[in-house]
Amino acid sequence: MYELSKDHEDFRAVVREFATDAVEPHVAQWDRDHHFPTDLVPRMGDLGLFGLVVPEEFGGSLEHAEGGAFTNLCIAIEELGRVDQSIGITLSAGVGLGINPILTYGTDEQKQRFLPDLVAGRALAGFGLTEPDAGSDAGATRTKAVLDDAAGEWVVDGAKAFITNSGTDITSVVTVTARTGTLDDGRPEISAIMIPSGTPGFTVEPAYHKMGWNISDTHGLSFAGCRVPAGNLLGEQGRGFHQFLKTLDDGRIAISALALGLITRMREEAAAYAKTRTAFGRPIGVNQGVAFPVADLAVMEEAARLLTYRAAWLKDEHEAGRRSVEEVKQAAAKAKLYTSEAAVTATRIATQVFGGNGFMEEYPVARFYRDAKILEIGEGTSEVQRMVLAKGLGLPA
Amino acid sequence: MNIVVCVKYVPDSQSERTFQESDNTVDREATDGLLSELDEYAVEEALKIVEARGGGEVTVLTVGPAAAADAIKKALQMGAHRGVHVQDDAIHGSDAVATSLVLAEAVKKATDGSPELVLTGMASTDGTMGVVPAMMAERLGLPQVTYASELTVGDGTVTIRRDGDTASETVEASLPALVSVTDQINEPRYPSFKGIMAAKKKPVDTWSLADLGLEASQVGLDAAWTTVVTFAQRPPRAQGQIVTDEGEGGAKLAEFLSAQKFL
Repeated sequence: MYELSKDHEDFRAVVREFATDAVEPHVAQWDRDHHFPTDLVPRMGDLGLFGLVVPEEFGGSLEHAEGGAFTNLCIAIEELGRVDQSIGITLSAGVGLGINPILTYGTDEQKQRFLPDLVAGRALAGFGLTEPDAGSDAGATRTKAVLDDAAGEWVVDGAKAFITNSGTDITSVVTVTARTGTLDDGRPEISAIMIPSGTPGFTVEPAYHKMGWNISDTHGLSFAGCRVPAGNLLGEQGRGFHQFLKTLDDGRIAISALALGLITRMREEAAAYAKTRTAFGRPIGVNQGVAFPVADLAVMEEAARLLTYRAAWLKDEHEAGRRSVEEVKQAAAKAKLYTSEAAVTATRIATQVFGGNGFMEEYPVARFYRDAKILEIGEGTSEVQRMVLAKGLGLPA
Repeated sequence: MNIVVCVKYVPDSQSERTFQESDNTVDREATDGLLSELDEYAVEEALKIVEARGGGEVTVLTVGPAAAADAIKKALQMGAHRGVHVQDDAIHGSDAVATSLVLAEAVKKATDGSPELVLTGMASTDGTMGVVPAMMAERLGLPQVTYASELTVGDGTVTIRRDGDTASETVEASLPALVSVTDQINEPRYPSFKGIMAAKKKPVDTWSLADLGLEASQVGLDAAWTTVVTFAQRPPRAQGQIVTDEGEGGAKLAEFLSAQKFL
């Protein structure tokens, strides 16, 4: 089995200090203003958060992690997520969707060009898979890229939806999946193409009006005759979707860590409030109607923690060649499914404990309540996780 | 340039702090300890100086119980190069005078008797006396330039800006020197992941009083020039006064402020 090492806990202490001092005081205002704090990103970079799974030659610290690199990333996401979910997802998407595909499939030239700035937090990158009419059903991708042989350029047309970190002032590139042909069996050939920000024909649509994650940067993207050099193909032509699938497990574990941070915070908030808020002359926590749900929060937190860090540990073990990808996939789906659903329940419990105050934005539980729901949807809905798990159990597809 | 930064391990100022009944000294068991926030500015300034000059070592020095190693660890994680921990049961209960003696001797030993620059915070967050830097400078025979809100290291000199209530002074001293810095001088960095991992491999020397050529009788509670005779918890803050505005709220407010001598 696994346990978090002293190094992991030392790292957690530093991220918690940063989250408490540099993030927490501002998040209520940022949330109200739907403000993405661009200045915070390089400070996260200084802590090394974007480089935890990246080799040193690109500015990262992978070689220093002594085998627990992905676990460290989860700790950072959990601790940021405990303070604010949007900041947590900014890191999670920045690494998992921005950096990872380039790191895994990029040529040396592509890595040298983009990674150092992304790792330092001087830039952010996005990944565009979802479309207005295609989510987990990637075969329905409509965005297309046609190679103009004469010009040596891809010409991209189409649209992408809900793309995190795609429209910040420092976004340097968005990798998108696009049809680049048709396979023998009639299915579309999907490839990944890197579109640098500012490329003519690449439009970042106005930010969405979301229920939560107000601090996170999310846009629709559209492409109209958008031309990029042929060399901007990321990985192999025709392997775009397959490549993306390989990053999904990481993303699901990262979302679990984000949900874990939220559940932890709800347990802390609800327990503290139940001790200090008085009604009828006694703290409300003396009532079992309040105390028992708070006790349940502690169980949810523990279960979420075990599922998340076991999945993270399996991922690190897989990287070291000791565990199979299928084990990681199943553990990731279990962790994502449980923690995200528990997160929604946890915010419901916490706001109930807070009573009328729980409905007020001056208490953080209201923000977390709005932020929780997306956890059951992003990186594969709960239903998709159950599909993965049922398939893993050998049920007929 | 090699710099020695003196730091203190203090009870977390965010938590309930108290004294222990047995000898009226700080109860270190009751609360978590950490590197005094005010000392982080001195560590940061030392790192900036060494980085700007492209060379030199930052040695972080503390005097304290076993747990004080955490203060050194934090400074090493930030980027300091090595640590010195003076730890000896006899030091327990030392006052500022004795503390400055131990620190001064440790600075001498750490620098083979010739320190180039010694940095400290402006005060500790627990004792908050702010006298140890001056006492150390005296013991080391170094010029003391204190409360620096800006620090420039020149050729054989240091120049600081000291902000007072009515004026800012620019003060220059020859090197070697001892400088205490304020919380206005910089913004201390957070350790990076690489820094955390690198700190594990950095050397930390642990010295006893004997290693410094000091006697137990020179330090500790018995040698202290002052004694805490008694202590009592501060009374809890009294309930605030609520003035219900019945058309004369402004006047009542002014009356209250005037009575408290705010007006």
